[in-house]
Amino acid sequence: MANPASDAKVLLALESSCDETAAAVIDDQLHVLSSVVATQDELHQRFGGVVPEIASRAHLENLLPVIDEALSRSGKSLEDLSAIAVMTEPGLVGSLLVGLTAAKTLALVTDRPLVTVNHIHAHLFACQMDADNDIFPALGLVVSGGHTNLYDCRSATEYELIGSTIDDAAGEAFDKAAAILGLPYPGGPFISRIAEKGDPKAFRFPRTFIKDERLAFSFSGIKTAIRYTALGQPGSREPVPDLDEQRIADLAASFQEAVVDVLVAKCRQAAERYGRTTLCIGGGVAANLRFRERLAEMASQTGFRIIIAPQSLCTDNAAMAAIAWKLLEEGRVAALDADVVPGLVRLKQ
Amino acid sequence: MIGNRDQDRPAREVRVVSSDSLEQTQEFGRLFATVLRQGMVVALIGDLGAGKTHLVQSIAEAFGVNREDVSSPTFVLIQEYDTTIPICHIDAYRLGDVDEFLQLGADELLGGDYLCLIEWADRVEEALPRDQIRVEIVPTTETGRQIRITASPSLLDELEQKLGGSSISVVKDG
Repeated sequence: MANPASDAKVLLALESSCDETAAAVIDDQLHVLSSVVATQDELHQRFGGVVPEIASRAHLENLLPVIDEALSRSGKSLEDLSAIAVMTEPGLVGSLLVGLTAAKTLALVTDRPLVTVNHIHAHLFACQMDADNDIFPALGLVVSGGHTNLYDCRSATEYELIGSTIDDAAGEAFDKAAAILGLPYPGGPFISRIAEKGDPKAFRFPRTFIKDERLAFSFSGIKTAIRYTALGQPGSREPVPDLDEQRIADLAASFQEAVVDVLVAKCRQAAERYGRTTLCIGGGVAANLRFRERLAEMASQTGFRIIIAPQSLCTDNAAMAAIAWKLLEEGRVAALDADVVPGLVRLKQ
Repeated sequence: MIGNRDQDRPAREVRVVSSDSLEQTQEFGRLFATVLRQGMVVALIGDLGAGKTHLVQSIAEAFGVNREDVSSPTFVLIQEYDTTIPICHIDAYRLGDVDEFLQLGADELLGGDYLCLIEWADRVEEALPRDQIRVEIVPTTETGRQIRITASPSLLDELEQKLGGSSISVVKDG
C-alpha cells in the first residue's frame, strides 16, 4: 500500500453488488490505504454459481466486520472520512441494497456526502489507479461473469456503452464450458490452468461476429460446440473419445483461444472505429493470462497502449470505487434517497 | 399430502414437435407464443446448449421484444421484459434447491400477472404449479431438436392448430 500524505482526504467505499462483500479506504490521490474483500466463493462453489439470496444474507453478516477491518488497516476512523462511496449498479438487487443501506446510514451519521458508483465504470477506472498519467480518453472492455461490454471512455467519468453480448457473457461461457468438462467453479481459472497443457489448435471452435461490422459478442454457440465436441454429437453413433486429462486440456485450450480471439479482435475493431489508441481492460476475465498475452501481441502490432486493471482490482473489490473522487470533483453527490439499479447492462440495438 | 395430489391433478397430454433447423425452432417459438397468456408458467428443460435461451428469445420476439435484449439470465437469475404482456425470464441454473428459488421470491411471480419462462425448471420442479407447460428440448442433430410439450389437452389442441399452417409437424405421444 502506498504511503500517502497524512493530510490527504480519505473516503470509505463499499461494494456488495454480487458475491463479494468489500470495503476500502482510498485517499484523494487515489492511493488505496486499505482494501478488504470477504469472498463468498466457498459458499457458492457448492452451487456452481452466485446465489443472490445467499449472497445478500452473507453480505449482511460480512459488511460490518469488513468495514471495521478496512478502517483499522488504514489507520483511519469514521471521523476522518470526507465521503462515503458505494456501488449501486448493476448487480443483484438484494445484494446491492445491503451496501447502499449501510452507505446511506454512514453518510447520515458522519454527515458526509454519499457518492454512488457504477460498478462497471469502476472496473474501467481501476485501470487508471496504477497508471502514472491520465489514461482517458480510451476504449474500454469490461469482461466478467455477467458482462462483456465495450465502452468509449471519453473521460474518467464519461463512459458510453458501444457494444455488448447478445446472449452469454464471456465469463459465463468459461463457467459453463468448465461445467461441461467436469471442472469446478469458478470455471475461468480452472480452464486457464488446464489449458496450459493443451493444444489451442486441437479443435476449431466458432468465433462468432469476429469479422462482423457490429460491435457485439455471442458466446452461446461456442458453449454448444464444446459440449458436442466433448460429449458427442446428438444423434451420432460415432463413439466419443474418453475425456482424459489431455483431451480436457486440448478442449480447454481451444475454447480459451476462440474466446480470446474474439475479445482481442473486437477491442481492436472498436478502438479503430472510435479513434482510440489506449485500451483499458477490467473485470474478472481480464485476469486470464492467455488474454493478457494476446493483448500484448496486439499492442506490439498496433502501437496501442494497453492497460489492464491491476490483478487485485480485476475481481470485484471496493478500491476501484476510487472513481468517486472524480465524481465528487464534478459535484456529483447522491441524495440519501438514492436507489439501486439492478440487472445487467446491455446495449439497446 | 402427496398421495392426494393425483385426484386433483389437471388433465395432461404430450405432443412432440420435431425441428430440423435453427430457423424451424425459431418459427416454432413464435407460433408457440401465440397460445401463451399471462399467468402461465412455461418450464424449459434441456442440457447446456440445448437451446432454452434461444427458444425464449423466439417467444419473447413474438411479444415484441428485440431478441437481442433477451440474454441468458444465469447471472442475474430473473429478467423482466415489459411487452404487450409482462414476461419474466427465470434461470434456475445456479440455484442449489427449491428453497433458494422460493427465497428469491420467484414463486410470487408464478401464476400472477406474468407469463413466466423458466430455464432449468427441472431444478425447481417442486415449486412449480401443476398446470405448468413443460417444454423439454432434446438435440437430435447439430441443429435439429425434438421438443416435447406437456400441457392441458385444450392448450395442445390450440397449439396444434397454430402449427397447422407451418412446416412443423406435430405428433401425439403416449
